[in-house]
Amino acid sequence: MKRIVVGMGTCGLSAGARETYDTLRELAEEHAGRCELTIAGCIGMCYREPLVEIRENGSRKIYGEVDAERARRIFEYHLLAGDPPEEDSLALSVDAGGRRVDGELAFMEPQERIVLRNCGLINPESLEEYEQQGGYRGLRKALLEMESAEIIEEVKASGLRGRGGAGFPTGLKWSFAAANAGDVKYVVCNADEGDPGAFMDRSVLEGDPHAVLEGMIVCGKAIGAGFGYIYCRAEYPLAIRRLNIAIEAAREKGYLGRDILGSGFDFEIKIKQGAGAFVCGEETALFASIEGQRGMPRIRPPFPAEKGLWQKPTNNNNVETYANVPWIISRGAAAYAAFGTDKSRGTKVFALAGKVKRGGLAEVPMGTSIRDLVFKIGGGIKKDREFKAVQMGGPSGGCIPHTLADTPVDFESIPATGAIMGSGGMVVLDDSTCMVEMARFFLDFTQHESCGKCTFCRIGTLRMLEILERTVIGEGEPEDVEKLSVLSEQIKEASLCGLGQTAPNPVLTTLRYYLEEFEAHIAEQRCPAASCSALVDFSIDPEKCTGCSICARDCPVDAISGKPKGLYVIDHTACVKCAKCMTSCNFDAVFKS
Amino acid sequence: MIPLLQSAQEHFGYIPRRAIRYISGVTGIPESSVYGVITFYSQFRLQPMGRYVVRVCAGTACHVAGAKTLVETVQDELGIEVGDTTEDGLFTLFTVACIGCCSLAPVIMINEETHGTLTLATARRLLRRVRRSERAKSA
Repeated sequence: MKRIVVGMGTCGLSAGARETYDTLRELAEEHAGRCELTIAGCIGMCYREPLVEIRENGSRKIYGEVDAERARRIFEYHLLAGDPPEEDSLALSVDAGGRRVDGELAFMEPQERIVLRNCGLINPESLEEYEQQGGYRGLRKALLEMESAEIIEEVKASGLRGRGGAGFPTGLKWSFAAANAGDVKYVVCNADEGDPGAFMDRSVLEGDPHAVLEGMIVCGKAIGAGFGYIYCRAEYPLAIRRLNIAIEAAREKGYLGRDILGSGFDFEIKIKQGAGAFVCGEETALFASIEGQRGMPRIRPPFPAEKGLWQKPTNNNNVETYANVPWIISRGAAAYAAFGTDKSRGTKVFALAGKVKRGGLAEVPMGTSIRDLVFKIGGGIKKDREFKAVQMGGPSGGCIPHTLADTPVDFESIPATGAIMGSGGMVVLDDSTCMVEMARFFLDFTQHESCGKCTFCRIGTLRMLEILERTVIGEGEPEDVEKLSVLSEQIKEASLCGLGQTAPNPVLTTLRYYLEEFEAHIAEQRCPAASCSALVDFSIDPEKCTGCSICARDCPVDAISGKPKGLYVIDHTACVKCAKCMTSCNFDAVFKS
Repeated sequence: MIPLLQSAQEHFGYIPRRAIRYISGVTGIPESSVYGVITFYSQFRLQPMGRYVVRVCAGTACHVAGAKTLVETVQDELGIEVGDTTEDGLFTLFTVACIGCCSLAPVIMINEETHGTLTLATARRLLRRVRRSERAKSA
């Protein structure tokens, strides 16, 4: 029987997957017995959402941009007539042997999917489908055939490093927590994915929640902990819902609770919802938040392996790290270590977004170049504009210029550029992005999210933000560049946690690679990317202008003239660049140059 | 304490003064500390919200897709600043760090529904449509 699978991750739902699903459900009910309808998480091709897949005898055909109307057509041709029309191009086609054979292969071909092995493939709300894909086999092996020390050795041998950004060797971290005596220990999963531009963890939680649970239980066995917390953003309601379903099912099946699989090992998992504070991605702040306090970092040492949550030995990893663990245990460390580079083993999931043609999730072996990610997988820059830079690591990272596009992505090469690996957000920038404005954007974010504990982070970032704010309106002073570097060093030195220590990175990379853009803003009051409102000319596109006169009426300085139903023109000498005309136009006719 | 605050907010739509007093009473934590936790996290509100909560995404991908002018446009259309509620109690406007629909940037969320690949003009039309349907309902 044919199976219809609708991609129902948050990205699919935003693009209208609910309507597609409802339409298909009606049709499936009408033709009951001919097909089966189910859901899956995100396969990663966000640029083609909503996605609908049709499976039969092991082969898979995936259609992109399926709205209700297209769903009806596909149902008719593919399911009833069995003859898909040519113009309905496939996003992807996979044959019975699991080989990709057609469609947008360029997006999938360079990928190696370990973390995303089940995302888009299985129904995330079904434990049976997870088991059919080899789920909980790693846990069975870890609990019934391995000693705690062996598990840790296996994870060490795989070369897995923390995927949250810092890249600390996971096996080593586990061994610290295991070495600390104590009858109560905790396993914490950081699912507070706060970096703007990153959505890897959300997709894993929505698409394959059991993989994370399995990784956590294995960790519990390895370090001798009986309790786990998942700290998840409240902004991810769907992920929380699916996690709850998964925990319930795992408990029923005996993968959670007392005497798991008859091994004598007990483990429980609880979800804690975050309440919206970026700093809670820092582990000690995260613990404070679970304990019900303001999420403010603590001084280390003592490290969490010694005194973490509720002052007990704790191991904290992020979602992607845990999702790797079951694969490593069931397939062996050597299979994992075969991917990647010498010091960075395995694969990494990236969230490609920004000015790239094919935005979405891609998992590649460590050491893949930025160029391959942007051009081979991402398909190049939207509107074929010029590739300028990629922003990696969010507010703690920086912009890597196009001249360094051959840099391999791994834990050694990326920090050498001044950016950081981060959790995997990769925002592609084109020549219309102003780098000074980009730096201001991130400083504005970190300034807002600073918890206020350390003076340099609290006030230093504010001073930096003030400088950047006056630079983007052309009021920067020549000595500002020097001031920014000095402040950056001071903030790095005098901040307690990662947020403060990395907050100046976006500014430092901009100063390093785009100093001439800073100088153009300061010395010539010019924005080379024609982006900063205060430094550009506003004009009206005669093709789009309908002569509705609304901009002229809204202009506070009467700089716009014209006749109703005719063409309106902006007087550049009178214009004060408030951008009011641009925001009030109903036809998107006002542009910057 | 955070789950208590979250359930209070779910119940009332915001955290009223009496809820703070109540939570302080049952937990033994001073009201000032409860208030401190509320104001630390961006999720909690001390004021009631409008029927439609409009969240303009200000994540990196949306930012490079022009989220800044989009926020200004929405402010202008609704006649309020970020964080405020319209006089008729219909709309409350926020910006949010990232919704995670980066490939659909720029994005705004109206209550639970996400709307992507907006332009300034389509964003205005979207809000007007909501307002019109509300007027039709009350009329």
